[in-house]
Amino acid sequence: MKRFIVFIKKETLQILRDYRTMLIVILMPAVQIVLFGFALSTEINNIDVAVYAPIRNNTINNISNRIASNSYINFKGYLNNAQEINHAMKSGETDIVIAFSRHIDEVEAGAMPAETSVEIIADASNPVSAKTATGYVSSIISGNLAETAGASNPIKIEPHMLYNPQLQSSYIFVPGILGFIILIICAMITSISIVREKETGTIDMLLVSPVRPIVIVGAKLVPYFALSCVNLATILILAKYLLDIPMQGSIVLICGISLLYIIMSLAFGILVSTISKNQIMAILICAVVMIIPVIMLSGLIFPIENIPVALQYLSCIVPARWYIEAMRILMIEGQPFSAVLKQTVILSSMTVIFLFLAIRNLNKTMR
Amino acid sequence: MEAIKSENICKRFGTKVALNNVTFSVEKGCIFGIIGPDGAGKSTLLRTLSTLTTPDKGTAIVNGYDIKTEYKELRKHIGYMPEIFSLYQDLTVEENLEFYASIFNVSIQENYSVIEPVFCKLEPFRKRMAGKLSGGMKQKLALSCALIHQPDILFLDEPTRGVDPVSRKEFRDILTTIKARGITIVLSTSYMDEASMCDCIGFFNDGHFLQTGSPNEIISSFSKPIYSVRCLSKYKVLMASRQWEDTESCYINGDTIHIIFTQSIPDTYSFEKYILDTTNETIKISKTEPTIEDCFMTISNIQPQ
Repeated sequence: MKRFIVFIKKETLQILRDYRTMLIVILMPAVQIVLFGFALSTEINNIDVAVYAPIRNNTINNISNRIASNSYINFKGYLNNAQEINHAMKSGETDIVIAFSRHIDEVEAGAMPAETSVEIIADASNPVSAKTATGYVSSIISGNLAETAGASNPIKIEPHMLYNPQLQSSYIFVPGILGFIILIICAMITSISIVREKETGTIDMLLVSPVRPIVIVGAKLVPYFALSCVNLATILILAKYLLDIPMQGSIVLICGISLLYIIMSLAFGILVSTISKNQIMAILICAVVMIIPVIMLSGLIFPIENIPVALQYLSCIVPARWYIEAMRILMIEGQPFSAVLKQTVILSSMTVIFLFLAIRNLNKTMR
Repeated sequence: MEAIKSENICKRFGTKVALNNVTFSVEKGCIFGIIGPDGAGKSTLLRTLSTLTTPDKGTAIVNGYDIKTEYKELRKHIGYMPEIFSLYQDLTVEENLEFYASIFNVSIQENYSVIEPVFCKLEPFRKRMAGKLSGGMKQKLALSCALIHQPDILFLDEPTRGVDPVSRKEFRDILTTIKARGITIVLSTSYMDEASMCDCIGFFNDGHFLQTGSPNEIISSFSKPIYSVRCLSKYKVLMASRQWEDTESCYINGDTIHIIFTQSIPDTYSFEKYILDTTNETIKISKTEPTIEDCFMTISNIQPQ
């Protein structure tokens, strides 16, 4: 036990001495939260919309008024002909032009003309924002048309954005950032610090001593575990007070599952360190096996439902996927433990597997 | 009494044989030098004896403990200094020493007398980061760290690599004082001239010992006379000498060429004439005493170009 503490002391001293890395590790969560929460949001503000209306009637006025009063949209007024539409789109004055046909009059009169269309012309040079903006606008129009046509229009579109009515992307990103940062600190930095001892040969000096390898490695994990907990707290506090994320679920549960995930990442870090010969190899293994799948396959950026089926199956073996899912359910939806039972069981079994492999490999490569 | 006794140790990495039936023994309280070229398997042998790797076949008794089965107990009694000075670069001299002392459950104060001859030169740099020390200082600190728990046997893997000649000289004196405390020292080196500080040496090549014995024994067992040749163009003369029918072996040694002839009393006059005819070089040939290097060259049949 005395030796264990000596090891922890030495490890902590080394972490503190390397203040640059330390600074990055401490500041990274904060920077990422701010980046993802504010700068990289996928929600769209300030959509410039103009309306082309060959005639003016109540329907069109209503729609225009609604558009003008929407806080996400800037109403740019009416256009009078095709040339103006062209000019407005090309010059970038508008992102979207809504073009009504003359038949709109007949709809208002209660008649059902053979063809009525409302064209939404969007600047799709940025397809993502165009799609989202079109979605906003079309929902306003269809809502309004349904009102006008009344009972004679049986189709009513009523999209409901559950849990995130404003479609705030930061809600989705926070669990993702948690999953990402814990992995970097626990798996990557831990494995690097073990492999560094291999590179400098100090591990040989330790292995010829009576200290057991499990003590050497175990003591290494303690400071990184503490660092991860600091990061977890930073992210949760920033998420709650800076990004106003509701944190509906129980904080004990959120922390509990996060700790499970931290332990899993540490075990993975040891596993990586037993198979890598140098620090670059450790970084590459962590990056390729863990971090890229976390970004691509965990739903951090691309929703899992939208990726090809084969990759969806592949994403099942990415631990971060389950962690992020559980965090979303707990933090944003505020559901009870029973809702994340599946994710907890999967994460626990992954932790056990990684711990088993890590300790087995450790005993094989160092004894 | 024997400090180390190994029998038929074999170790291979993939298809490469690192150790091939290594059988040797080291007397307690002496300095044993494993001498051989790079890649001969010296480091693997030291790592095996200090329980860092397990042999595929064979075993060794080190300090009375079997390296395969009793390695846990053995580790309390050995010190090992790897080829690269294994220190924590971001810890100070003092912190490094304290750390290694505490993992062996000893205190620096009670064992200071052991490391004193090594550590005294480092005293002024106690607070300096280990990474900022010079090569010689790093070597001394690494040695102090390997010595702090008063081991019975000390394994040093190429301890003088990358250290300046003055520090190397100093290092020999330090080893002598350590030896005086009854500590057995086993070191590996590729410098032939370090054989002189060893009580016993073993020529090591291709994973096994070619010959072991004290430096004097080895030199006196060398029966053939050696001739040293001085000339201007060593390469030309070396090539020509190889063609001479009575040459057994010849190689460059420092700024001369050493030649061993097949006859015990060679015809040096006609050799000189032969060289002059073929290379137009005037040479000075004289008989010389064999050195450790000559013994190694002959026994391993290595003829560097």
